[in-house]
Amino acid sequence: MQNLTAYELAQRIAAREVSAREAAEVANARVEEVEEDVNAFVTTTPELALERAGRVDGRLQGGENGGVRLWETVPTTVKDVLSTRGVRTTCGSRILEDFTPLYDASALLNFGEDLVMVGKANMDEFAMGSSTENSAYRPTRNPWGLGRVPGGSSGGSAAAVAAGEGWWALGTDTGGSVRQPAALCGIVGLKPTYGRVSRHGLIAFGSSLDVIGPMTRDVRDAALLLQAIAGHDPHDSTSANVEVPDYLAELENGVEGLRIGLVTELMDERIDAGVREIVADVANSLEAAGAEVGEASLPHAYYALEAYYIIAPAEVSSNLARFDGVRYGLRVSADGVHEMYRKTREEGFGDEAKRRIMLGTYALSAGYYDAYYAQAQKVRTKIIEDFRAALHRYDVLLSPTSPSVAFELGSKTGDPLAMYLQDICAVPASLAGIPAISVPGGLSDGLPVGVQLMSDHFTEPLLLRAARAAEQVADFEFTLKP
Amino acid sequence: MEVTEQRTYTAVIGLEFHVHLATRTKMFCGCRVAYGDPPNTHTCPVCLGHPGALPVTNEKAIELGVRAGLALNCDVARRSVFARKNYFYPDLPKGYQISQYDAPICTGGHLDVPVGEETIRVGITRLHLEEDAAKNVHVGTSGRMHGSVGSLVDFNRGGTPLMEIVTEPDIPSPEAARATANHLKEILRAVGVSEADMEKGQLRCDANVSIRNPDGSFGTKTELKNMNSFRFVERGLAAELARQREILEGGGRVTQTTLHYDPETDEVHELRSKEYAHDYRYFPEPDLLPLELTDAWVREVRGSLPELPDQMRARFVEQYSLSPYDAGVLTSDRDLAAYYEAVAAGPVDPKQAANWITVELRARLNEAGMEISEARVSPERIIELIGLVDDGTISRAAAKDVLDRIFTSGESPSAVVEREGLAAMGGDELSGVVDEVLAANPEEAGRVRDGDQKVIGFLIGQVMKATRGGADGGRVRGLILEKLGS
Ligand SMILES: [Zn+2]
Repeated sequence: MQNLTAYELAQRIAAREVSAREAAEVANARVEEVEEDVNAFVTTTPELALERAGRVDGRLQGGENGGVRLWETVPTTVKDVLSTRGVRTTCGSRILEDFTPLYDASALLNFGEDLVMVGKANMDEFAMGSSTENSAYRPTRNPWGLGRVPGGSSGGSAAAVAAGEGWWALGTDTGGSVRQPAALCGIVGLKPTYGRVSRHGLIAFGSSLDVIGPMTRDVRDAALLLQAIAGHDPHDSTSANVEVPDYLAELENGVEGLRIGLVTELMDERIDAGVREIVADVANSLEAAGAEVGEASLPHAYYALEAYYIIAPAEVSSNLARFDGVRYGLRVSADGVHEMYRKTREEGFGDEAKRRIMLGTYALSAGYYDAYYAQAQKVRTKIIEDFRAALHRYDVLLSPTSPSVAFELGSKTGDPLAMYLQDICAVPASLAGIPAISVPGGLSDGLPVGVQLMSDHFTEPLLLRAARAAEQVADFEFTLKP
Repeated sequence: MEVTEQRTYTAVIGLEFHVHLATRTKMFCGCRVAYGDPPNTHTCPVCLGHPGALPVTNEKAIELGVRAGLALNCDVARRSVFARKNYFYPDLPKGYQISQYDAPICTGGHLDVPVGEETIRVGITRLHLEEDAAKNVHVGTSGRMHGSVGSLVDFNRGGTPLMEIVTEPDIPSPEAARATANHLKEILRAVGVSEADMEKGQLRCDANVSIRNPDGSFGTKTELKNMNSFRFVERGLAAELARQREILEGGGRVTQTTLHYDPETDEVHELRSKEYAHDYRYFPEPDLLPLELTDAWVREVRGSLPELPDQMRARFVEQYSLSPYDAGVLTSDRDLAAYYEAVAAGPVDPKQAANWITVELRARLNEAGMEISEARVSPERIIELIGLVDDGTISRAAAKDVLDRIFTSGESPSAVVEREGLAAMGGDELSGVVDEVLAANPEEAGRVRDGDQKVIGFLIGQVMKATRGGADGGRVRGLILEKLGS
């Protein structure tokens, strides 16, 4: 059972070959087995998973499987940034160490009352980081090499999927936080179109960028999990009122006739040669499979990282203001309210959170707004125009997901700018709000390399279809690690 | 000849209003808007600023904002933007207030305010929508945060829809400021945007105040807060202008500051300037899309507006031949206007009716501290009362007595007249009294007969006294002149 994809598992459960509870037991056992090495979770919820899986089994007894949808039966890992009613939600921060939400994130509502949740996955504090080393609790290790990072900020989710601690996971992506850890852990990570999945209950980092996305064993699993979480939500004004298509319908249609553009600006010397090689191999294989492959250009991609590191910190400086010790979370008592704020936030936030709050506060300050925030928004518009032009010529764009394979724990923690460079390939799609997916393209020095595919707003069926073809031509097979 | 340099002091006042909108639910969540309920009984993850909770704009609040804007002759923006105003305070759960900044929903209107016999035009700079803060309750003796032993926060008010209206500095006096606030209240009530009751905090008013320099340029302005009744708007501004004038007369300079009006002492106090030195770091609220309104929708809202006080005033002048002043008084209060129209619909002279209501009835209401809506005497009673005077049943003076009675009892004026024997004396009886008075005052009677009209008032007074006011003055005068043959 362990080596099935989530889709295959769900089919077996639907056919009553195995029960949801048995699947949950397998997932829990795997957590028992590897969690000490991997540290994928902030909180594990084995009893809750069993109890809910039992209820799912009960519902399956009804006619037509009791209306249980495929995804409801699969043991799932949830990034600790998503609000889960009654289960503590830390966001990887001390400031929410004892915080238990009152409501479930809207993205989870299609799982009904019985989301078979294995646990809440570790993450960089408030989703800010590319290695999960910014977690206030402990770093997560990459199942492919326990001395290496899993990427971030959804590193716990990525490691959990790679290690089989749950069949799939939900992550969030603001500037690559689903795609980059997926790449580094050898799994599939999909960032849907901004607005495709409700953000209500997603603890905000960069509100204009945040998207919840599937992290899965293969592309078909990603399509199924997207099916579960996509949709319009009246509680999120930025969620799109666009019909949700059947993401599995066109999945196996192949790439014949698809126009695929390899983004030249994201294939330069900033990207490790081993990574470029694998991306080029995948491009060639797709061409061999019938795609029309050419070179695409995003002239402003070089400025994307700078714009991103103004816009995201600006938004987070405001989003994190609510953590003030007044209503919930950590409070460090002091003489007077201002002193209480200062001490609570000083003790509650880690270095990276503080760094970005300061960057963002500065960028929004009187006299600096135009030079920074307003300018960054102009760059964002340029990048959107770049994509519009490129996606006029091509159906799908191709690039590396991350400039390198998984690096060693501690190797970049002293150099924030080096860490930020991990996002160069992922950030342009985030700024444009378009969907992007990372699929494993092969191994470099024995470690997985992610290939990123991007397409136009709300064209996930097309993107998934191309990604499905890419994972099939790639020299990579999902196996549990470690 | 001694020449003294006389400086004239011209006040320059701009007002900033915060108005609670009459919506059923809060600005960005589904919690009910309710006042006076136990603390923290109308809250949810959104208005408590819980992690991950997102705002959703209340469409009714948008409609009310647009209604107000249209009633104030504003341009309604087809695209406006919500922005975050960032600052830390315990009553602000998200650490920012969702407001509007450089793209408000309405701009550039005006209202015409009756001030005494005149009308002044006050420009509206902008009108925008936002959410209200919660309420801090400081536990301890002083009632203020400083020095209190602890603070509690009631989030029932947090997130309730608020409209901010900023006027141009067009207001020349504290009296005009009060009239502006009052007129705005009437307009907002007329269009159903808010009850705008200052005492209940539904309408709050701050002011920018300065005294114009001798060369005509603006002086340094100060900001005055906490004027939480119409009376305090006037008194607070008067106190601040007096303070500024004293500084200028002493050769000093007014410094830019924020002050707080204390109605107990009738003084203004400077707030610690540190408390207001904010950089709010406004930026567009990424959780909400820009607010886009269609022409058709705005037209529909405009079409649904009732008659506005200014329009009603013009109509009263036209339809009832009232003076602009009387029309202004009557239309300054929607309930009063309705009352008047009910009376004027009867078989009475509309001008007479206006006189009875604006002078006699209002005087009694003021004295009793009552609103017209609380009056016991109905429009039908007033019609009846005017009828009794018109047909000579009672004198005007007696009618005022009758009004005193029915004002408190609400009963029929005819019943009062009958019970109290207030009916004016018939011709014969009155004629007899006049004869008696003339006989008793031969000297005065003689002078009137000789053409000296000045003393006739004395004789009329004597008759009125003898009849205990139960006679019509005009008829008495006629009888005296007739009898004295002049
Ligand atoms: Zn609420």
